[in-house]
Amino acid sequence: MPGRVLAAVVLALGLSAAWAAAEDYAPLLPESRFVGDEIPEPLTDTPGDPERGRQIVLNREVGNCLICHKVPEPEERFQGELGPDLSGVGSRLTAGQLRLRIVDQNRLNPRTVMPPYYRVDRLSLVAKQYRGKPVLTAQQVEDVVAYLQTLRE
Amino acid sequence: MYAQLSGLRFTALTFLAVLFVGGAAWPVVPELVEDGQIIPESLKPEERRSGTTFLSEALRAQQEDEGTNPGMLWVTTGEELWTTPAGSENKSCVNCHGDAEASMKGVAARYPTIDKTTGELLNLELRINQCRRERQGAEPFPYESNEMLGLTAFIAYQSRGMPISVSIDGPAARHFEYGRKLFTTRQGQLNLACTQCHDENWGRKLRGDTISQGHPTGFPIYRLEWQSLGSLHRRLRACSLGVRAEVLDYGSPEYLALELYLAWRARGMPIETPAIRR
Repeated sequence: MPGRVLAAVVLALGLSAAWAAAEDYAPLLPESRFVGDEIPEPLTDTPGDPERGRQIVLNREVGNCLICHKVPEPEERFQGELGPDLSGVGSRLTAGQLRLRIVDQNRLNPRTVMPPYYRVDRLSLVAKQYRGKPVLTAQQVEDVVAYLQTLRE
Repeated sequence: MYAQLSGLRFTALTFLAVLFVGGAAWPVVPELVEDGQIIPESLKPEERRSGTTFLSEALRAQQEDEGTNPGMLWVTTGEELWTTPAGSENKSCVNCHGDAEASMKGVAARYPTIDKTTGELLNLELRINQCRRERQGAEPFPYESNEMLGLTAFIAYQSRGMPISVSIDGPAARHFEYGRKLFTTRQGQLNLACTQCHDENWGRKLRGDTISQGHPTGFPIYRLEWQSLGSLHRRLRACSLGVRAEVLDYGSPEYLALELYLAWRARGMPIETPAIRR
């Protein structure tokens, strides 16, 4: 009988711990990768591809960047106006600065409307199919960084 | 051994049942992992603008004109249902409430509201289904059915032009605070709080669309994107989906609480049902 009670208590504690913690996900990148306002090192070994990056930026299902930003793409109608115009951004920011802003702009501006594209921790009410998954893969982040670097003044 | 296992199973099931019932009775606010997840609301009362003011002149005229407003089709459906007997009691709304023009005037402006007998927060949809179950002995209407949209549109139409005025005191207070918390909490994979678009960035463009302030003055609304009438909860589900957050059930405690908060936020603004929105 005592064993049974103990087992029940252990189970109950275990369940309530799982319930209460709601288990946050581990950060995708260690803190050491963030240096000032940059992530100096690329996220992958394969260099980013600017053309793939451009497709990610323009695609409404993948990056959907034009919902908020403008890019120098005259054929793209109805570009957004919430974020900064990205024309010439490759001259204004380094690859490391671009990388950090895509990964988690929240670090620089706690009030930002820009989603964190490569972060899975410290989020609430995420839909089941997206939990634990970043918006972009590490390689997609690198591709977007490569594309943005081509936008020169 | 078997006895022990079954006893254990019983305990575990009981525990889960308690969790479940507890969760159903009072939803658990998502655990916020850091303060930065809350962004305080910032729209000033004097800045408030109905979604109607973001419409083109042609659409605004269409909304005003009962002959061409497509939402009036549902209002007519609701008007018919008002006098149609239903259920085991074979009663219609008119048997208890009489002429809707008199008895329903101003009612929608006070919803959602706390039900005096159960102490629960009810919106118009839940109130209608409570009547159907308890007074008519009829099956509830599903959310977004033409019947439910028709009756809610017809009832809210009786308050057209009247100022929204909900109570957030007493038993409504905890729902109100919960709704405010949901409005100001960053959520979803895209990590956005309602307030960031609808308080801080209204009037600006997402692609070709102007962000509105998100006032619930015209529900159920005829939305061009839907080519149909739809409820506030349908609209909220679209926002949840947009930020890749959990899309909650129609009539969920979360959306009900948000509905109360939004009605308070739009306090004093006139009801425009059936409104047209993009």
